[in-house]
Formats: sequence, C-alpha cells, structure tokens
Amino acid sequence: MGRYVVRRLLQMIPVFFGATLLIFLMVNVMGDPVAGLCGERQCDPATAAQLRREFGLDKPLWQQYATYMGNVFTGDFGTAFNGQKVTELMATAFPPTIRLTIVAIVFEVVLGIALGVVTGLRRGRPVDTTVLLLTLVVISVPTFVTGLLLQLLLGVKWGWTRPSVSPAATVGELIVPGLVLASVSLAYVTRLTRTSLAENRRSDYVRTAVAKGLPRRRVITRHLLRNSLIPVVTFIGTDIGALMGGAIVTERIFNIHGVGYQLYQGILRQNTQTVVGFVTVLVLVFLVANLLVDLLYAVLDPRIRYA
Amino acid sequence: MRGARHALWAAVAALMAAACGGGADGGGTAPGVFSSSWGDPQNPLEPANTNEVQGGKVLDMVFRGLKRYNPRTGAAEDMLAESIRTSDSRNFTVTVKDGWTFSNGEPVTARSFVDAWNYGASLRNNQRNAYFFGYIEGYDKVHPASGTQTADTLSGLKVTGPRTFTVRLGQKFSTFPDTLGYVAFAPLPRAFFDHHADWLKKPVGNGPYLVRSYTRGFMMSLRKWDAYPGPDKARNKGVDLKVYTDSNTAYTDLLAGNLDLSDDVPASQLRNVKSDLGGRYITEPAGIIQTLAFPYYDPRWNRPGTEKVRTGLSMAINRDQITDTIFHHTRTPASDWTSPVLGTDGGFKEGLCGDACRYDPGRAKKLVQEGGGLPGGQLRITYNADSGSHREWVDAVCNSINNALGNDRACVGNPVGTFADFRNQIAQHKMSGPFRAGWQMDYPLIQNFLQPLYYTNASSNDGKWSNKDFDKLVDRANAESDKAAAVGLFQQAEGVVRDGMAAIPLWYQNGSAGYSQRLANVALNPFSVPVYDQIEVR
Repeated sequence: MGRYVVRRLLQMIPVFFGATLLIFLMVNVMGDPVAGLCGERQCDPATAAQLRREFGLDKPLWQQYATYMGNVFTGDFGTAFNGQKVTELMATAFPPTIRLTIVAIVFEVVLGIALGVVTGLRRGRPVDTTVLLLTLVVISVPTFVTGLLLQLLLGVKWGWTRPSVSPAATVGELIVPGLVLASVSLAYVTRLTRTSLAENRRSDYVRTAVAKGLPRRRVITRHLLRNSLIPVVTFIGTDIGALMGGAIVTERIFNIHGVGYQLYQGILRQNTQTVVGFVTVLVLVFLVANLLVDLLYAVLDPRIRYA
Repeated sequence: MRGARHALWAAVAALMAAACGGGADGGGTAPGVFSSSWGDPQNPLEPANTNEVQGGKVLDMVFRGLKRYNPRTGAAEDMLAESIRTSDSRNFTVTVKDGWTFSNGEPVTARSFVDAWNYGASLRNNQRNAYFFGYIEGYDKVHPASGTQTADTLSGLKVTGPRTFTVRLGQKFSTFPDTLGYVAFAPLPRAFFDHHADWLKKPVGNGPYLVRSYTRGFMMSLRKWDAYPGPDKARNKGVDLKVYTDSNTAYTDLLAGNLDLSDDVPASQLRNVKSDLGGRYITEPAGIIQTLAFPYYDPRWNRPGTEKVRTGLSMAINRDQITDTIFHHTRTPASDWTSPVLGTDGGFKEGLCGDACRYDPGRAKKLVQEGGGLPGGQLRITYNADSGSHREWVDAVCNSINNALGNDRACVGNPVGTFADFRNQIAQHKMSGPFRAGWQMDYPLIQNFLQPLYYTNASSNDGKWSNKDFDKLVDRANAESDKAAAVGLFQQAEGVVRDGMAAIPLWYQNGSAGYSQRLANVALNPFSVPVYDQIEVR
C-alpha cells in the first residue's frame, strides 16, 4: 500500500508539469493581454512596454514558464492585472467554492445514493419509473436553465431565498446553488447506484448472505451496497475537481465570487497569472481526489489489493 | 452504519434550517443608505489609472477636481477652480478655491494638483491615463515614447503660491480648462504618495463621500462625508456598491428587493423592464457613439473611390429598425459623429451626416457599384464576442447590407474571442475590413469626439485615417479662443469626416438604470453613471 501511494505521488509530477505547461501555452496563444488593458483605446507604446516588462511578458515563453514555476514552488503565484496578488485572490475565491462543492457533494452522496438504493431495490415499480424519468429530465436540461428557473421561482416569485449569495457565502445560502451545481451529477449517481445495485442483487454472495438468514438491512448495507458503490465512488471522486472548475455557470448565476468567477475574469482579461494559478491548484485537487478514490477501493472491496 | 446515517440526516436538517435563516433580511443595510450594482474595476483605483466606468464611478464619488461636468447638461463648471486665466490659449494660471480639504483634514492646495499630475504623467508609475497630460509642456521628457524618462516632473507645471499654479501647454488648446473635469486631473493628498498601498486599500479624496470599507472584488461601502465643503453635498447617508458577476443577477436581485439600483439593465431584460419596474426604469442619452471603422492601412480601402463604397454601405444600414428591434430604443440612430449630450451649443448637429446616414437600399447599391464594389468581394465586420450584444447587431447590420446589395454573402460577421485579442489585432493592424468601434467621451467636448479618433496618428485613430484638411481645421479650432467659433471649425472638420466617410456612424448609446421603490430622484449623467449624490432614500 505504501509503495503504491509513493508510486502514485511520483506519477503526479509529470502530470502536474504537463497540465500547467499546456494551460500556459493555451493562454499565451490568445495573444497580447496588454492590448485589452487600456479599454477601447490603444495603450501608449511606452506604458504598454512598461506593463509588459512588469508582468514579464517581454521574455521568451519558456523563460516565462520557468520563472513562473520557480515562483510557484516558493508560494508566489504572481500578480493579477488589477494589482492584487493571485494568492490573495485564491484566499477569497477558494473558500466559497469549496463550501459550494461540499454542499453539492453532500447532495450527490445523500440524495443520489438514497434514490439509487430505493430505485435499485424496486426495479420496474412506479417509484423506479418516476425517478428514472426525473433524472432524465435533469440530465437533459442545461444547468443554467435549472439555475435561472430556481432563482426566479424561489428568489423572486415566492421569496423563499435570496436570488444572490452575499459575500459571506454561508452554507445556508449555498443550498440552492449547490443543488443546481449537483443536479446533473446527482442524476448520474442515482442511475449508477441503481444499475450497480440491480446487477449485484442477483450475485452469489448476496444469495449466500440472504440464505444465512441475515437481516435484510444488513444484507443491503454491508454486502450489497458496499460492493455496488465502487463505480459510484469513482464517479464522485472525479467529480470533485470537475465541480470546482465547472462552477462557472452556477457561480455567475448566483453571484458567488469563487473560483469559477475568477477563472472567467482571468480568461476574459487574458490574465495568464490568474488562470494558470487557479488551474494549477485545480489540477492538484483533481490528482489528490483521484488518488483518494483509488485508495478507497481497497476499503470497499478487500479483494482489491495494492502491491 | 446506522449511526452514520443518522448523522447525515441531522446534517441535512441543519443545512435546511440554515437555508431558511439566510433568506430573511431585506435589501437596505442602514437607514438612508442604499445599495447599487458594481463591476470589479479592471485596474488599481488611482485617478490617472482608471479608464473604465466602474472605477470611474467610485472616483467621481470620492473626488472633486478643478471643474465638474454638470450632471444634467454636461457643461464644465468651476468646482475647486476659483479661476483659470489665459491670454494666449497656451499659458494658463489656475487659482484653487480656499477652504477645501481632503477627508483626512489635509487642505487641498496647488501642490495637491501639481503633484498628482506629475505622478500621473510619469512613465515610471504606469498610469493608463498618462496621455491626458500629453498637452502639457515637458510630457515627452517625463513620458517618452521609447527609452527611459529624463525628467521626473512636467516642466510646464509650476507652483506659484499656496493656491496658485501655472500650466504651459506644448501647443495652443483653447478648451483645455474644460478638460480638467476629467478624473485623471483630480488632486491627491500626501497620503497617496507616502502610504500608497494603504491608500489603494482605502482611497482618501475630497469628494462628498468617504470610503468606509473596501473588500476587493466584493463590495465598497461609501458613506456621506458630513464635513464636505462643496455645494453638492450627498442627499443620502451612503451607498454600498456591490460587485455582481453578471448583470442579470443584479437585475434579479433588484426585482427581489435585495438591491436598490442597477445601472446596467441587461439587453435580454429590455423587453420586460417596463412591465417589471414601471416608472422606475430610466434611459437617458450618454456620450457614447458606436461606429464602424475601416483599415486605411489596407490599400484596398485607401484607393480613391472607396469613400463611395463606404457611403453606400452607410446607406445600406437600416438604423431605425436595428435600434428598435435589437436595442429596444436604448440606442438612437446616429446622424453625426458626436453625441446629443453635447447640445447644439457644444457642437452636436443633428443631420450633419445627411443622406449618407439615411436608409436607401437603392442608392446604396448604386454607390457601392460606382465605387468599384466591395474590396475583396466580401465585407467581414470584426467584433469581440465576449461582451455586450455585439453579435446581434453585427448580424443585423450584415443582414441589412446583404438585403440592400441583393447578395446573401456580401457581408458576414467575424467574431474574435476576447476583447484583449480584438484590441490586439487592431493594434497590430490586422483588420482586413470594417471593425466595431465604440467611443465613450472623456469629457463633453466636440474636440474629444473628433481629434483622438480622426486626427493623423491620434491615440485612438485605429484605422489610421489621415486627411490634411481635417488636421488643419482641428489645429485652427484648438487655437481659436472664442468657443462658438471653435465649435464651428470642429463642425467643418466633421464635414471632412463625412465627405470621406472615415467611419460609418451607427447609433448613440443611452445609459439605462432601474431602481427600487426606496429611491427617488434617480438620474444618469452624460457618462451614463447614476448621479449618486442626488439620490434620495425614502
């Protein structure tokens, strides 16, 4: 197990460098960001040159990347165009997004698995059909439609919640946005759990467990669910990174100043430092989440062992 | 396992309870204080470094300069200036009024202005608005086009007394005093220079409002400065500017009663804004004109005869229909190259464009043919697709042109992903056809609508249009000390722009805003910014 973890951690290094280099190249291909800094008019050449020097844009790309990576290892993620440190932006942007992601994941786990178990155990019954239909609707409707609709109904028409989230972005305020963010994944979790459960219900070890006379609750939670959760855990694990990075739409709709918002601004303003900084952290989150998922397999299914 | 599940349900229940608790309180924070939508300023908040509306909004609340543009008429009126005297339109003597202080108690003196202007002009400080000081003598030493600066201060600025200073310009510029209402010319307290980082966190100025707190990217709380010495004291207790990720969300918050004022009604809501807000929706003309500019560095657009093609294209655009269907009358079809906010005395002349701006598909087709047809056989209108509703109107303009010319493929839109890339391509002279150009005035002067855009090698002459007659007329107008005569000369210069159809004027843009029932006396100034200090809270 220990060796496996070390090997996985070592594998992360090339992935990390590759991903950051790719983002760096992609943002640079978009052109000279200084051109957009002076509004509709052209920056005067002297100021533009000075700004380019200040942001290190006058150096060759490989050198920019090398300096950047060097700084990252000392915890310096550079400065955004508005003069703010990128680390400062991260300190304000990550907490709300992490809270939002946790709310979304809780919804996925609790609601998704619960619905999956219910439908998986009652296949073909009205409950099953209804939930299946509902998940189909959720999957096919784009997030921004669900988001705007909920915002309008709950926030404006009925007045149950506030349409926008305050700067504090407390967990309470994030329930509706979290549900919107989770909606599509939630539907997938339900369907995955259902299928996996229905498949394993007919397996030998479940029959044995039932034959041993174990109570139904114990058969389902200890034997059936535990084995059926492997694909679900894989999905949720990879979803953590996707949710954090993909919150752009949800964050925009509900006025959450999180990672998605900063990334969006960074891309619009072609701010290499912001975009690469945030993506670097997201890549790390993704890698760690994947590692955790792989380690969880062994806990769920003792047959899986890492040499 | 059973225990774990109970814990989960308890957590969910707690979350739900928290959710209900969150949505209770309303929009207002304190009595007399209201909230308004805001966007994150693009650059650090310094007067000479702010060139967009969001940062300018704050500076206009926190600072007062020598002049101030009347929020209704746009006329430049004395604010801190006791007098600005000149005998030759080149040397100016400025006297600052007595009794003004910054909100930290420091008096506003001649030095507060001279230091601020020297700071703004200096290349070392990277100020985006540095070129505003370009008229002052010695600018080329402080801010050379290339190489390092050889002076720290402008030689044209001299402090002659505690409240007087002189300005010497590099050339005659009779309307120079009227430009001094622009925020780049604001005075700065010593704290700005001595504790710069702290100042940026909490700007200190001499305007009717104080910055109480500023959380970057989220909110700025401004409160009335009770000791403000000026005549335009705030009529409310304060404003909370809230940063919104999206103007649609701000609008929704306004409808739900969580926001009092939104000065950016999204295009998608224009259709229902009247039924949503009734009389609490205002739209007023702003000093913004949108045009189609042409790349004159491309020889195909610079050969004689192409002015006929450009005039023909102008006549092929059905401005009335587009402003009606796409913009719901928040734009007005343009008939000159300035803006109605200037007023007729200031140089706005309705119909100066004449027939060339009237929709006439028949003549349009004939003129384009006479001019030798479209260069390259097809028109590609370049625009940035990341903001505004540029795609919609460019497609509509192309449709109108295609219909007039009877050719489905005469005109197509050419979207560019981001604004930065769009500006980049313009700066590198990569345009092969017309491109979107928008001009928001810096100060309400006809000079500002013409010189920066059409004078040879001017700062915003992106198409590199050049015409000797135009340049001569502008020089003469700037040297003219009589204002009416100067305006007349500028209008003659505008005639040159028309005859060559240097750029096709499309429409004047209005500002629009919606507000809650708590507010009264809401108006927009000619810069499409709400006149915050005049707003009353019920």
